[in-house]
Amino acid sequence: MDFKFTPEQEVLRKAFEDFCKEEVKREPEGWIGGLAAEESDEGWAYHRSVVDKVAGKGWLCLPWPKEYGGHGHGPIEQLIFNEVMAYYRVPALPFHFMTVAAGIMEYGTEDQKKEWLPKIARAEINWAEGLSEPNAGSDLATVSTTAVADGNDYVINGQKVWTSGAHRADHIFILARTDPNEPRHKGLTFFINKIGPGIEFRPLIFMNGSHFYNETFIDDFRVPEENIVGKINKGWYVMMAGRNYARANIAAAVSGKRDLEDLIECCKHTEEGGEILARKPLIRQKLAEFLIDYEAAPKFAYYVGWLQSKGKDVAAEAAACGYYANELNLRLANSAMEIMGLYGTVTKESRWAPLYGKFQDLCQWHSGFTIAGGTTEIRKNVIAWSGLKLPRS
Amino acid sequence: MDFGFSEEQGILRKMAHDFLEKEFPKTLVREMEEDLTGFRSDIWKNMAELGWMGLIIPEEYGGSSCTFMDLVVLMEEMGRACLVSPFFSTVTCSFVLLDAGREEQKKEFLPKIAAGEKIFTLALTEPSATYDAVGIATKAVEDEGQYIINGTKLFVHDAQVVDYFLCVAKTNPLSPPEESISIFLVDAKSQGIKITPLPTIADDKQTEVVLEDVLVPKENMLGELNAGWPTVRKALDRAVIAKCAEMIGGADWTVENCVDYVKERVQFGKPIGSFGIIQHYLAEMWTEIGHAKRLVYHAAWLIDQGARCAKEVAMANARMSEVYNRVTRTGVQIFGGIGTTREHDMGLYYRRARQGIPLFGSPDSCRERVAYEVGL
Repeated sequence: MDFKFTPEQEVLRKAFEDFCKEEVKREPEGWIGGLAAEESDEGWAYHRSVVDKVAGKGWLCLPWPKEYGGHGHGPIEQLIFNEVMAYYRVPALPFHFMTVAAGIMEYGTEDQKKEWLPKIARAEINWAEGLSEPNAGSDLATVSTTAVADGNDYVINGQKVWTSGAHRADHIFILARTDPNEPRHKGLTFFINKIGPGIEFRPLIFMNGSHFYNETFIDDFRVPEENIVGKINKGWYVMMAGRNYARANIAAAVSGKRDLEDLIECCKHTEEGGEILARKPLIRQKLAEFLIDYEAAPKFAYYVGWLQSKGKDVAAEAAACGYYANELNLRLANSAMEIMGLYGTVTKESRWAPLYGKFQDLCQWHSGFTIAGGTTEIRKNVIAWSGLKLPRS
Repeated sequence: MDFGFSEEQGILRKMAHDFLEKEFPKTLVREMEEDLTGFRSDIWKNMAELGWMGLIIPEEYGGSSCTFMDLVVLMEEMGRACLVSPFFSTVTCSFVLLDAGREEQKKEFLPKIAAGEKIFTLALTEPSATYDAVGIATKAVEDEGQYIINGTKLFVHDAQVVDYFLCVAKTNPLSPPEESISIFLVDAKSQGIKITPLPTIADDKQTEVVLEDVLVPKENMLGELNAGWPTVRKALDRAVIAKCAEMIGGADWTVENCVDYVKERVQFGKPIGSFGIIQHYLAEMWTEIGHAKRLVYHAAWLIDQGARCAKEVAMANARMSEVYNRVTRTGVQIFGGIGTTREHDMGLYYRRARQGIPLFGSPDSCRERVAYEVGL
C-alpha cells in the first residue's frame, strides 16, 4: 500500500496548481464554483476564458489516447486534475464534452473523429445534453423522443428536460428512439448536431432562482445521417462510453472540502453570545466530523481510480463514491446554515450575508445533485446489484 | 499510488484466515467468552510458531521485521474470527519495549514475546477511565534502589494470563501530568498484586489490578524517568489503528454474511435481498466501510513511514468505531429475530463493536482531537 503520488504526478499537480493560483485572481465576486458558470454572463465569461486556456495546454484530453491528440494518462492523473480544479473552484471543463468525445473515440467513424475530436479538444463546442425526458428520468431507457429517417437526414421529435446550460450551448447531443419495436435501450440512437431550427429551449428555473436547467422542445429537428455516433439502435452504448472516463467523482468531494474550509474560517472569526463559534464544543464536534468525511471521500475517489487503473469493473465503487460525496455536500450545506443561525439564511445581495450567502445557496443546489446524473437511490441499487450481487427484482 | 495489499500480505491473510477458521471456530469463541481467562496455551503456541507475536519485532530480536501494515492484515483476520487472545495486549507492549526499552531489556524480552514464551499487557487506565496523562493516579516512589508502586489499574486486558505488566505510573507529583509519568516492567507474580475480573459487554477478559506496595527493581524502568508519556501515546496510536483493523474484519464479516443470508431468506415469496430497503441498507454499510477503510489504511501507512499521524489516527478511530457500530446494528436488523440471540454469531460482532467505542477514547474525544490538530 502506498499513498504517495509518483514524481511525475507531483509535477503535473504543481502545474495544475500554479495555473489555478493565477486563474482564481479573475474569479467573480462571491463565486461558488463550476455550477455558477451557466447562471450569469459574468460566470460564463470566466468559465469560457479558463476553458480556452486549459484547452490550449492540452489538459482537456489528459486521458485520451495519443492517436486522438491526448496524453494517454491514466485515471489517477485525471483525478489529480479534477481535484485541483475543484479545490480552486476553477471551472476548467466544458460541460458534457467527455460524453461526446468518449462516444466518438469508441464508436465514431474515422471522418467523425477527424471532424469532431480536435474541435472538442480545443473547447470550441458548448454542448447541451439531450438525455432525460419528463417520463424518462432514473429509468432513462424509456426515452420516447423519436428519430425517423427522411432522405439523408433523421427527423427528431420529442421533449427533453434538465438540459443544463442549453442557453449557453451551440451544439446538442440527443438520445432518440429509432426503432419503436425494440424494447427499452435496444432501439435508441445517439445524435450530435449544431443547434438549429426545430430546437426550442425554455428556462426551468431552479428553486434558488437560478437559470441552470432548461426544457427542450424538439419539433422536426433535422440531423444528417453522418452525425449519428455509432450504429443505429446502439446509442445506449455510445452514451455509456463516457462513463469509463473519470468514474470517480472527486470534484464533488473536493469542492465540499473547500466549502468546509470556508466554514471553518468563518467559525474562527464569528462570535455568538460572546464566544467564538470555533470554541464551542458542539460546533467543534460537527466540524471535526466533516473533516473526517472530507478526508475519507477524496481518498475513496483515488481508490476507485486505482481500481480502474488495474482494469477492475468499478461500477459499484463509482456509485458509492458519487452518492457518498453528494449526500455529504448536502449535509454540510445544511449543517453550515444551522451553525450560522439566522445569518445563514441571508442571501448574497445583503451585506449581512456570511460568505456571500454561499451555504443557503448550496443547500438548494446540493438537493439537486443527489438526484442529477444518478439519484442516491439508483446508485445504491447499482452497489447492491453490481457490487453485492443481490437479485434485481 | 497503490491501494492494494502485496502478494506477501495476501499470503499472510490467507494463512491467518485458514488457521483461525480451523483452530478458532465460533464454538470456541463462545467457550472462551465463558472462560475466565480466555486463554488456550496450545493455540497460543501455534500462533507463535506462525510468527505472529514476532511479526513487528525486528529480526535481531527474534521477530520477522514485518511492517505495521502486515499487522493490519493479521488484525483484520483476527477481527473476522472474533479471536479471544492476549495477542493484542502483548503486541501493544512490544511497541513500548521497542520504543523505550534499553538494549538489554529488548534483548531479554522481545525474543521471548516473539517465541510466545512471555505474555504482556499494558496497565495504563485507571478508575478515571481516560487515556490522558491526567488520569494516572498510580504512584511509583523510589526507595533504596527500587520503586514502590501503589494504585488501582482498571480496564486492564488479560491480566490473569500475563507474565508482565507494563505499568504506567506517576513518578513526580509536582510536574504537569505529561511530564511526570514513567513506565515500569512489573512481574505479574510480584507480591501485592490483586487481580479481579471486570466483566464487560464483549467478554474480553478485562480486569481490575490493584497494586499495593509492589516492589519493582529500579532497572525495570522502561525509558527515562518522567519521560514515559510520549512513549505511551506513540504506542497507543499504533494500538488504535491495529484495533481499527480488527473492526474492519468484523465489519466485513457482517456485510458478507448478511449478503449471503438475504439471498437465502425468503419472506413474502421472495428472497428478502430482492427488497429495495434491504439492498440499500447493505449498499450503505458497504459504502461506509469502504470509506472508513481508507482512513485506517492511510493512518497505518503513515505509521510505517514514521510520519506524524495524530490527526489521522483520531479520524480513523472515530470513524471506524462508529461505522462498525452502525454496521453491526443494521446487521442484527437484517438477520431479524435470530440475530438477537446468543446462539447466532451476529451478536458476537455487535457486542465487540460496542466495546470498541470507548476503547482508546470515545469518538467525541477523537473528534475534539481532530479539531485541535487542525488549529480550531
